[in-house]
Amino acid sequence: MNTTHHPDEATLMEYAAGTLDEAFAVTVSCHLEICPDCRKSVRAAEAMGGAMLCEQVGAPVAEGSFGRLLEKISAASGEGGNTAPAVMEQVQPQSPGSVLPAALGSYIGRNVDEIRWKRIGPGVWQHPIRLSDGAKSSLRLLRIAPGRSVPEHGHGGQEITLILSGAYRDEIGYFGPGDVADLDEDIEHQPRVVSDEDCICLAATEKPTRFKSLAGRLLQPFVGI
Amino acid sequence: MFVPISTFHGSGMSPTSDPAASDTAERHLDLIVKISTDQDKDAFAELFQWFGPRVKAMMLKLGANNDLAEDLMQDTMMTVWMKAGQFASWKGSAGAWIFTIARNKRIDRFRRQSTRHYVDVDGMEFADDSPDGEDMVLADERDRIVSNATAGLPEELREIVRLAFVEEKSQTEIASELGIPLGTVKSRTRRAYQKIRDELEDVL
Ligand SMILES: [Zn+2]
Repeated sequence: MNTTHHPDEATLMEYAAGTLDEAFAVTVSCHLEICPDCRKSVRAAEAMGGAMLCEQVGAPVAEGSFGRLLEKISAASGEGGNTAPAVMEQVQPQSPGSVLPAALGSYIGRNVDEIRWKRIGPGVWQHPIRLSDGAKSSLRLLRIAPGRSVPEHGHGGQEITLILSGAYRDEIGYFGPGDVADLDEDIEHQPRVVSDEDCICLAATEKPTRFKSLAGRLLQPFVGI
Repeated sequence: MFVPISTFHGSGMSPTSDPAASDTAERHLDLIVKISTDQDKDAFAELFQWFGPRVKAMMLKLGANNDLAEDLMQDTMMTVWMKAGQFASWKGSAGAWIFTIARNKRIDRFRRQSTRHYVDVDGMEFADDSPDGEDMVLADERDRIVSNATAGLPEELREIVRLAFVEEKSQTEIASELGIPLGTVKSRTRRAYQKIRDELEDVL
């Protein structure tokens, strides 16, 4: 696969630090499944986290902390819990389009044919994905017919879109399977689906309730953005 | 299955590296091997003694109270014990590995009403990422480079990295805390990252 558009380096750093909100973290994760370059970048960023951890001046642990930990471990093995070094679960990264990325599996399964699409306009369907209660971001799948425009799904905040199948083109360029559009809030774009098949993409956006983006929307007509 | 990591060390130490720090990193690799192959509790005790207080310190800095920080630290170290066998396929230092475990614990706790775990690539295995002895040498070399490069970042970049990785602040939060535009936080983050990537160019 020829991935040409990747998440911003600042976004990959946030992913490594663990500070991306859920919808964005899931979307980046789906891209990492198919992008060895970005996996390397994340590993390098995580190494910075490791260096920061090692530099910490330790805080005293509670008295008897290690003993209690050993008890927990033996209790877990007594219950048949797997406390011996576990064999790693193999995740088979799949080409997007055939099935959904593994990172979406626990949310909506991996079979794209089982998605229950809701039509939101001519040639445009969506499927909202439920996140944890505390999430400050929204995640949805979008399916757009050939020739149609991708609807404005952002709310003036940050948005990250990952193409799963099909392709679109906008002012920035051509976005095919695996490509990520990682857009700042001030970027205006008009993507149009250019593939013969529907374009299916995963879109993470900030929740519109944030004051900043609401203010941004209200101000828009006046500042003429 | 496990390459005896320690036999690969000793050569190729970069002249700028702090020998004490890299001896420590090497020791940690040995300890994790002992935990994974022999379920060695003494090795685990030594690793706990070093990392437990540091993990707890990070949890306190990101706003957990003492009980929660202790709890998250215990959870982290329990996972270190249980997943020591998977460390073989981790291409990096013990510190980076434990950092990611602690990070995931913090996120999972925050999403406690959810049964889902933080989805990250660390739990996945990819054909193109498979480890071998040479990778382990590189991992160790890379660890030294990253430690030195992180320590040597200009203060304004270091602060951004510290706020993100230690205090777990989002870029939006960092911007408002420092009173600078989000775009500046992003560009400093990129610069910090690029400095590390540049240093790592030869070993990635
Ligand atoms: Zn990428």
